[in-house]
Amino acid sequence: MDGGGGCSKDMTVEFGDEPHVLAVDDNLTDRKLVEKLLKSSSCRVTTAENGLRALEYLGLANDQRNAMDGTVSKVNLIITDYCMPGMTGFELLKKIKESVLKEVPVVIMSSEYSPTRISQCLKEGAQMFMLKPLKQSDVKQLKRHLMKCSS
Amino acid sequence: MEVGQMQGRLVDYTKSLFMEGFLDGQFLQLQQLQDESNPDFVVEVVSLFFDDSEKLLNDLTMALDQPNVDFKKVDAHVHQLKGSSSSIGAQRVKNGCIAFRNFCEEQNIEACLRCLQQVKQEYYLVKNKLEALFRLEQQIVAAGGSIPMMEMGF
Repeated sequence: MDGGGGCSKDMTVEFGDEPHVLAVDDNLTDRKLVEKLLKSSSCRVTTAENGLRALEYLGLANDQRNAMDGTVSKVNLIITDYCMPGMTGFELLKKIKESVLKEVPVVIMSSEYSPTRISQCLKEGAQMFMLKPLKQSDVKQLKRHLMKCSS
Repeated sequence: MEVGQMQGRLVDYTKSLFMEGFLDGQFLQLQQLQDESNPDFVVEVVSLFFDDSEKLLNDLTMALDQPNVDFKKVDAHVHQLKGSSSSIGAQRVKNGCIAFRNFCEEQNIEACLRCLQQVKQEYYLVKNKLEALFRLEQQIVAAGGSIPMMEMGF
């Protein structure tokens, strides 16, 4: 994506060598695994245990004003589990795509292979859909894909 | 026992866990992620899995003990357990959970109770196996040796 016009209120997202990733998953074991996978691919990682915490971290929660520092998003990528109690990954995806952070790529992870679910997420703007359990090769592929898209 | 012998025992033991289906390839992924910056990664993530699983198994026992079983809740717990067992490569536990979820969908209480027993059994089995594995590793490290990397050549 290009740097964006001067009138756009949306955040610009740069995908450099050490992207900052927000990983959202309600399962503790999975959270630890995805964090390690991302760190092994030279990513900086922040984790969140549910959609609401993720939105709070991003400054998008209902009770937060637009307290954005500057015009550059603090995360370069959001990777979220689909099945979460409360707010699903799909709902989180929608909220992000409707916000000033709509340019931030969002990747959905799921243990279920459902073509309906996949196309639903991609249609809503997800960059990629990844099947769990995640492996190193998945994360490497993801990084390559995202770096290509941002150049 | 000298280090070489211990390493040989570890390799054989690990292989047997794969052959007998206790572990699958995902466990190798965990081992490959372990490095100098995080030398205890496998033990850490597996410990999380143990804590998580024990809580889930307790929750499942209680949920199935209710006069009116909430199958949605039961299914949610099994889904969690299936997810984390899959993520660390505990294949038999994962497979047990898959069967379990089918019976949740059918709302078959008897079958669910049988599945719970089965999953508990598989969980405690793999827990014992993994703890034995980690003890072997500790012995090697204590004796000044290094942990051999598993090759999936068998």
